[in-house]
Amino acid sequence: MQEALLEVKQLKKHFPIEGGVLKQQVGTVKAVDGVTFTLHKGETFGLVGESGCGKSTTGRMLMRLLEPSEGEVLFNGREMTSLSKNEMRHLRKDIQMVFQDPFASLNPRHTVEKIIEEPLIVHNLGNKAERKKRVKELLEIVGLSSYHAKRYPHQFSGGQRQRIGIARALAVNPKLIIADEPVSALDVSIQAQVLNLLEDLQKELGLTYLFIAHDLGVVRHISDRVGVMYLGRIVEMADSEKLYLDSKHPYTQALLSAVPVPDPEYGKDRIILTGDVPSPSNPPSGCPFHTRCPKAMDVCSSVVPEFREVEPGHYTACHLYEEDHV
Amino acid sequence: MEQPVLNVSKLETHFFTDDGEIPAVDSVDFHINKGEVLGIVGESGSGKSVTSLSIMQLIQAPGKVVGGEITYKGENLLTKSEKEMRKIRGNEIGMIFQEPMTSLNPVFRIGNQLIEGIRIHKKWSKKKSWEHAISILKLVGLPRAEELMNEYPHQLSGGMRQRVMIAMAMACDPEVLIADEPTTALDVTIQAQILELMKKLNRETNTSIILITHDLGVVAEICDRIVVMYSGKIVEQGKTSDIFQQPKHPYTIGLIESVPDVRVRKDRLYSIPGNVPKPGSIQKGCHFAPRCSFAFDKCFEEDPVLLETGSNQQARCWLHEDEKKAAVLERVNS
Repeated sequence: MQEALLEVKQLKKHFPIEGGVLKQQVGTVKAVDGVTFTLHKGETFGLVGESGCGKSTTGRMLMRLLEPSEGEVLFNGREMTSLSKNEMRHLRKDIQMVFQDPFASLNPRHTVEKIIEEPLIVHNLGNKAERKKRVKELLEIVGLSSYHAKRYPHQFSGGQRQRIGIARALAVNPKLIIADEPVSALDVSIQAQVLNLLEDLQKELGLTYLFIAHDLGVVRHISDRVGVMYLGRIVEMADSEKLYLDSKHPYTQALLSAVPVPDPEYGKDRIILTGDVPSPSNPPSGCPFHTRCPKAMDVCSSVVPEFREVEPGHYTACHLYEEDHV
Repeated sequence: MEQPVLNVSKLETHFFTDDGEIPAVDSVDFHINKGEVLGIVGESGSGKSVTSLSIMQLIQAPGKVVGGEITYKGENLLTKSEKEMRKIRGNEIGMIFQEPMTSLNPVFRIGNQLIEGIRIHKKWSKKKSWEHAISILKLVGLPRAEELMNEYPHQLSGGMRQRVMIAMAMACDPEVLIADEPTTALDVTIQAQILELMKKLNRETNTSIILITHDLGVVAEICDRIVVMYSGKIVEQGKTSDIFQQPKHPYTIGLIESVPDVRVRKDRLYSIPGNVPKPGSIQKGCHFAPRCSFAFDKCFEEDPVLLETGSNQQARCWLHEDEKKAAVLERVNS
């Protein structure tokens, strides 16, 4: 049995909608509505879904950049959601984040050296000379050169900036890296470079990744296990190969069939979903996907399907796989 | 031989900046036939969007079309006055932009925005235009078309907005539709809907479509022919099936290899080393040479020309001048 690094149990985030002159609460947006998964040491867990499904909100809650409304997060067996701000700051030494936009996530007024050094200062690591040495080391680890330390972010291309973001995350020797769409802003040829870098770093440093992305090809490439999110919930979770070759949930099937494949000869039966993702402020009753599901049954509109193991290590929340209906 | 609807030859669009004259589009030649879907593929900075804006003559200062010819129905668009161009834009050549959020005016109702073009170009009455607009909304697969006409853009989702944009571009039955990254801002399931719609429109109305995108998957899905651009130049062009099966330019090969495939997991992604050069930064030789693993002396000295590599396929690469060198590429490729 693999050792769990991070356990997420029934995590929820409900944002209030305020309205009227008195700012009374008129509704809630259920951005994340009961997400449960476990990250094992040294693995990459991919969290995939369309915009608005709550994947980024989940990532931010694990860092406690957003306070969860409900649920538990255990890091190395230690409950995280009740920690004080100060305790949390210490814990963040072990959990670091890489953000999507390499243009917005680096301070344009700081040199690269200052950007990468900052987490070391915050966590009181090393003296000045040691920190400078560490920055140079980190720049080389991520494939840049030590002379880049004195430059400013605008002097770098998108791919290089993302490398700086990764160097900053690595500075404090974290155990877990939460990468929120780290390659979606990059061109294809640069995207491949950054993905390869992330893989190499994982091998060398024994890192665990939570990889949040919307691109199913990228997620398949990098992940050991994958969770598919829809409207604030994980609807299917399995080993990457299993999920892509034998998906169970109709949403996963539709999502996979919708990806354009770079091969004109590849014939496929595409499942085209009708309509849009419903609003998370007014989610459908029962299974959240039943409004667009090509295989919906009567029970789907009234009963929320349970997230259950249908094959060893393969979980899905769908009435099609419940015993009474099989 | 079929007469092309639109023919672009030796197009040069330069930007006049403080750092000097930058050739964003450098001697670009291509054509599109009636009812064809042509894909222009490239990464950011390759000049694909500037090419499309040049056709529409929407290039703004400091950019300027400095040379070439764009022939549409036997006439050169570049010699047309602004007034004449206005009759062509939206009427003969329609355009869809990337951001459905910013391309619609937030303070006007959908209906008013839709009929504006119809009334100007077709000179129809308000009532007739309104009815035509409703039929176009139905054509692009929007439900409750009548009600939508009275709604504002913010009331629609991203996918619906993109459908409205397509409806607007199709409203006057254009001969050519230019779609600049029409699905980039959309989720995959919505992207699949929009691509399906564009295929349907192409089939039913026989409109020629120029699709500009960075996504090779999208191109493989819908295009008949492809033009690959890199650093302002066309590096390869040919039929979609030929390019995906037998890419001839090292850049095209690298590009296809570096896409993570949703069907099979590759052990390691191929990646092209280095970065896309800044336009104008390479003065001599092939623009791709510094990143190319096949580059030899000549590549750094002389800019290659487009060489025939097969039936209707051309690549801008010196490897194809010499059969032996081309064979090396062939081997690596297979």
